[in-house]
Parts: sequence; C-alpha cells; structure tokens
Amino acid sequence: MNHVKAFLLAALDAATNGGRRYHLWMGFLSLVMVVGAYAYSIQLREGLQVTGMTDHVSWGLYISNFTFLVGMAAAAVMLVLPAYVLGDVDFSKAVLIGEGLAVAALIMCLCFVVADLGGPFRSWHLAPGIGFLNFPRSLLAWDVVVLNGYLALNLGIPLYILWSHFMGRKPNPKRYVPFVYLSVFWAVSIHMVTAFLLAGLPARPFWNSSLMGPRFLASAFAAGPAFIILMLTVVKTNTTYHIENVAIDKLAMIATVAAQANLVMIGSEVFKEFYFPTHHGINAQYLFFGLDGHDALVGWIRTSIALNCCATLILMIHPLRKNPKWLITACLVLFVAIWMDKGLGLVIPGFVPSPLGEIVEYRPTWIEFAVTAGIWSVGLFVFTVLVRVALPIEMGETRSPYLPRHLLDHGATVGTDH
Amino acid sequence: MSTEFPSPPPEPTERELTFEDILRWQAMSRMVERSLDEQGRAEGEAVSAPACSGDGSCGCASGTPDALQPQSLGAALLEKPMGRRHALGTLVGTLLAGTQAMGACTSVLPTGEKDRERLLLEFQERLKANFRVMTDQDKEDTIRRMERLAQLKRGIHLNMTGESAQEGVIFGYAFNVSKCKGYRECVAGCIKENNQDRRTGIQFIRIFEMEGGEVDFEDGTAEYQHEVPREDHFYLGTQCFQCTNPPCVEVCPVAATWQEPDGIVVIDYDWCIGCRYCIAACPYWARRFNWAEPEVPTDQINPDQHYLGNRLRRKGCVEKCTFCIQRTRKGRHPACMEACPTGARVFGNLLDPDSEIRWIIENKKVFRLKEDLGTEPRFWYFVD
Repeated sequence: MNHVKAFLLAALDAATNGGRRYHLWMGFLSLVMVVGAYAYSIQLREGLQVTGMTDHVSWGLYISNFTFLVGMAAAAVMLVLPAYVLGDVDFSKAVLIGEGLAVAALIMCLCFVVADLGGPFRSWHLAPGIGFLNFPRSLLAWDVVVLNGYLALNLGIPLYILWSHFMGRKPNPKRYVPFVYLSVFWAVSIHMVTAFLLAGLPARPFWNSSLMGPRFLASAFAAGPAFIILMLTVVKTNTTYHIENVAIDKLAMIATVAAQANLVMIGSEVFKEFYFPTHHGINAQYLFFGLDGHDALVGWIRTSIALNCCATLILMIHPLRKNPKWLITACLVLFVAIWMDKGLGLVIPGFVPSPLGEIVEYRPTWIEFAVTAGIWSVGLFVFTVLVRVALPIEMGETRSPYLPRHLLDHGATVGTDH
Repeated sequence: MSTEFPSPPPEPTERELTFEDILRWQAMSRMVERSLDEQGRAEGEAVSAPACSGDGSCGCASGTPDALQPQSLGAALLEKPMGRRHALGTLVGTLLAGTQAMGACTSVLPTGEKDRERLLLEFQERLKANFRVMTDQDKEDTIRRMERLAQLKRGIHLNMTGESAQEGVIFGYAFNVSKCKGYRECVAGCIKENNQDRRTGIQFIRIFEMEGGEVDFEDGTAEYQHEVPREDHFYLGTQCFQCTNPPCVEVCPVAATWQEPDGIVVIDYDWCIGCRYCIAACPYWARRFNWAEPEVPTDQINPDQHYLGNRLRRKGCVEKCTFCIQRTRKGRHPACMEACPTGARVFGNLLDPDSEIRWIIENKKVFRLKEDLGTEPRFWYFVD
C-alpha cells in the first residue's frame, strides 16, 4: 500500500512541478479547456442547433477529429511493434511516448464522440448489462468495444512497466509481452473498424469504398510517426532523457513509406472518380471541384493535397530527411495535411450532396471550434502529464522510497522528498 | 385493499440515496398508479373519459365532471381519506417523503406536490429500459407516466398506446406519380398528425419537383416556391420507405431502432442516444434529428399517440415517418393519404390479396428508388 501511495505522490509531484515554461504551457491548456467547457455547456443547454450541423450534414467537426485521432492512436503500434516484438532497442525508449500518445488520442476520441451525441446523459445505454449494446451488428458498437479495449491495453502495459521500474524490478516479459502482441493486432483493428464504420454505408458512395480501410492505415502511419517525431524532438531538447537519433531516423522512414502509400491511394481514388464520372462520384466532384457554385471544401482539399505532396517529397530526399530542421518541417506539414484530409475532407463530402441530391454546405460555428480546441487541450494535457510522470521513472530518477537500499542505489536520486 | 405494499424506505435524512431506494420508490409509485387506475375505473372510467362524447354512447357514465378533471396524486390525498383511498393516502405520503429527499439531493426543493410528483415521474422515466425489452407491465407503466406528465406539465389529456402489430399485416405504400400535383397537403397533414416541431419545421415527407422525362434527384428540387403544378414538371414524394432490409437498423449502436412485424421501422425516442449514425446510413435521407427542443403549441398537440409513433419528442433524438403507426394499427389510413387532394397515395396491407395496393403492384408498372442497394423499400411508385 505504501508503494502505491508513493507512486501516486511521485506522479502528482512530477505533474505539478516544472519550470516556468511548463506551467505556462499547462496554464494555457487549462484556459482553452475552460473555454471549451463553457462552449459545451451552451451546447448541452440549447442542443446541437448551436453547431453548424444539419439534417443534411449530420456529422461535422467532432466526428472529423474523431476519425483522424483514431489513426493517431493506432499509430502508436508503429513504435510498439519493433520495440517489444522485434526487440529493436532503438525504439524502446521512444515507445512510452508512443503509448502516451495513444492514450491521449483515445481520450480525445471518446470526448469527441460524447460531444457529438444528442443525448450524452443517455450514453449509459451503450454499457453492456445495464444498457443494450447492439454488438456485433453495429460497427459503432464495435468501435466502442475496440476503443475502450485499446485504451485499457495502452494504459495497462506502460503502467506495469513503469510500476516494475518504480519498484526496482525488471518487468517480467511473460506477463506483458502477450498483451503487447494483442495490442499490435488491436491497433490495426481500431483503425479498420473506424474505416468500416464509414465504408459500410452503401447510402454514401463516397465512403463506400474498399480502399477506405487501407487508406486509413496508410495515412495514420504517416501522421502518427510524424507527430511522435515532433514530440520526441521536444522531449530531447527539454529533458535529459536520451533518445537515439537512430530511433528518429527509423520513424522518419516509416512516415515516408506510409505517406507514399497514402498518395498512391489518393491518386487511385481520384482516377476512379474522374476517369468516367458517374452519379456515385458526385461527392468527389463537390470536394475537388465544387458543384453548382458550392465549393466550400475545394480550397481545403487542394491545400491538403499540396501540403501532402510537399511533405512526402521532402521526406523522400535522403539529405533533407536526415537534416533535423527539414525533417521537423516535413513532419509538421504532413501532420497538418493529413488532419485536413482525414478530418473534414473525408467526413463532410460524404454528406454533400445528400442521398437525394440536395446540396447543403457545412460551416462549423464558434461553439464547435471552442469545444474542439478544448478537447485537443485535454489530449495535450493528458499527454504532457503522462510523459512527465513516465520519464523520471524510466530514467531511474524516481523509485519507491520504501524499497530496500540496494535497489534504491540503482537510481541517482529519489525523485520526491520522502 | 388487500394488496401488500413494500415497506417505505427509512427516513432518508442523513443517509445517502441508494439505488435500492430508487427501486423501492419505483415499485411503490407503480402500485399507486395501478390503484389510481382502479379508482378511475370505479369512478366511471375517468381516465379515458375525455375521449367520451358525454352522451352515454360509449357506455361510460356521463355527467361526472369531477371525475373528468384529472386530479394530482397529492390533491387526492388532501381530501378526507375514505376506504381504499385511505391506504392509497398512506402510500402517496411515503412517496412524497421520498421525493422530498430526492429533491434535497438535487438541491432543487420542489414546492408544490405536483412538482414533487413531476420530479419523481421524470426521474423514473430516465431509468427506464429499451421498449423492446420491456415487459407488458413496464410498457403500461411508462405510458401512464407519460400521460400523467403531460397532464402535469401542459394540462392536456393524452391517449397514448403501445399497441403491437396485428397478425397477418405488412404495410405497403404506393405513390401515383401521374396524380401528384405538388400541393404538399400531405406534408402539412403529416406535421399536424405527428406532432412535428413547429419551430424548426421538421418534415418527414419531401416532394421533389422534376422536369419531365427522367427521375433525377440532382436536377429536381424539393424547395420550390411557386404555383403548382408547373408545366412540363412532375412531382415525386419521398419519406421513410420502411425498407425490408433497412440499413439504418443495422447501424444503431444501442438498438434503439428496429423493424416491427408489420414492417414499420420504429425508434424508441427515449433510448436513442443521438449519435446520428442511422441518418448517415439511410440511402433515402428519411431520418430527422431534433437539433433543438421541439416546440408544439399545446392547443395543436395531437393527443392520440403511440409510444413508437407521434408522441412528443425531446431534443437530441432521431425521428422519422412511421406510416402513422398510431393510426394504421387501428385500421385507419396514414394522415398524408387522408390529406392528399388528388388521390395520389395508396396505402394498405401487402398480405391482403384483395387490397388496392396489391392490385397496383401486380397490375401497374411500378418502380422503387435505388433498387440496386437491395434495401427493398415497401414504397412503390407508379404512373397511370
């Protein structure tokens, strides 16, 4: 019991202590969260009429961010797979960051889904036992299962490893490696399930494509590692935690290959829709060229594709990719491009025009922007806290003060003042 | 009154409210409602009295104005208790003590007895299950609660049912494209019948005006604002087609929408969590969402309601056409068909070989929308 208390105290200590920049960062995130919570309170009171959504475009910014973030969560597998399963030592230090990212992304996903619900207080209807989860018929029920399962895995595995380190033990591979294997398959499944959620709707030809799943994976495995590279760079420059350059190089390689595959698939979709345009391609026509003067997304998607091509090109040129400045620029651009493409660029055109050919465009309101920013802040807040707590333990700085002396010696100092 | 009532929960002043208490109160209030029903029956069918014309033709004892006035559970108490009412009074007393405690918990102290009763009923409504898994008693209970709430909140007397499908009936609809002139009387009739939100103007039916020759929704418009019929144009109405293979039903994560044995696809509005996946899944854009709290002026509410049909909805749930389940299960025609001045709409039982709808399907050149999707709508179009 003492150990648990010490662990929690050490965690609290790590999360609440930091330099001025750290406090400014967390204060800023908290402020955005408060604004988001205020906006959400208005939405709760007035209903979803305060959003830009309509019966025609019935999903908007929230679900767009949800689909993108599921990919971010899945991308953690790109670190887990080589580190745990293939025993690649380069990744082992980065892997906790990846899992922290997965947890943060999943929490954001769940927040976005709840924010999108018309009756959030009735979400207990989803709980098996007291509710009525329509499993396995509904793909959304599948998504509830796989997202929560993946969250449990990504909380459980790092917690076990950190706890073992905290207790001055080596984690027992027999206890956690089976779960690591499971999480690898699970990561692929969360993204496939989310893709199938959209692809399984014959009513929406824009989504009803067998390329949806693979394209989700490719774009996730480009954007995810890109984001992890950015985070690793932040950690590297701000802490003493040592991350091998080889790990970043390998991640950059993964992002490059995935970005190329993603571009090939975009090209393939564009060809199919426009070589011989049919009625089913009308949504793509709206997206890329506009329809009857309605062209809200044309600039958006073209920017996204241009950014995507630029980033991929930079990553493909070896000297540029090896140069940290170029690499960071490319990762940032790639991340933004895929967020634009996999978010609004994917969800909205599915609704415009409607299945009965009516064109109603979507424009998010300030409430949606505020809630979205708030949820992103929640995610970044969680991610920052997780990394802050995990790193000192991983570096051996924090150990349970109740351990026998010979185990304590392993770390340089005991992180807290007990 | 020989019924054994559960013992009242202990004075909940200091104690935290437990789930057990809630269940006990629920059980008690159910009994109160049942006793009230009995009482109502004893007093000349007071519960269903407003539907009676008062001339004695329906067999009820007419001329009992006091019984006609629905009284609050609490008000009944205040009168000098006698006979059965005595037992009832004790019960309601405990019940109100319970609600008081609940009020204290939520820090909203209801003032009047009606407020307390309303609060309790609303609380019970929040905990109820999916209509599909309710027992007959549960269904009866929730319907009574809703009727009582309508009385308390808006002072109106509802006549709600949860009537199930009749055997040997599967409903179908046919739409005569040659006859429709685009007057949209059906839309108006539908809104009135189905208690649609008047403020945002939710409409289940859309009439598309199309230029001669081909059925092309992209070139047609449902937003026309001019005198009809327009020359060289024809009109085609859509609504929920109650598909034989409804994609909307498959996708619902909480099974809040399903197909009834008579083919009607229904929604349990109170079970729907408002994720709107079904809206995305419908190839015919038939489903609507309550983006805001729906508003229907009290004097315009249609009191003849069905739990799965035209009862008043709340914000955050999905709704759609149910072929007027509250009418058609009683053997009447849907409101849109009754409202149509040109006779373009034909509704009937597909299993009845002598029905008009069967004759049309067998003898006319009929077509359905998006046949390639395999949804098999039970809504056919034909021309004369």
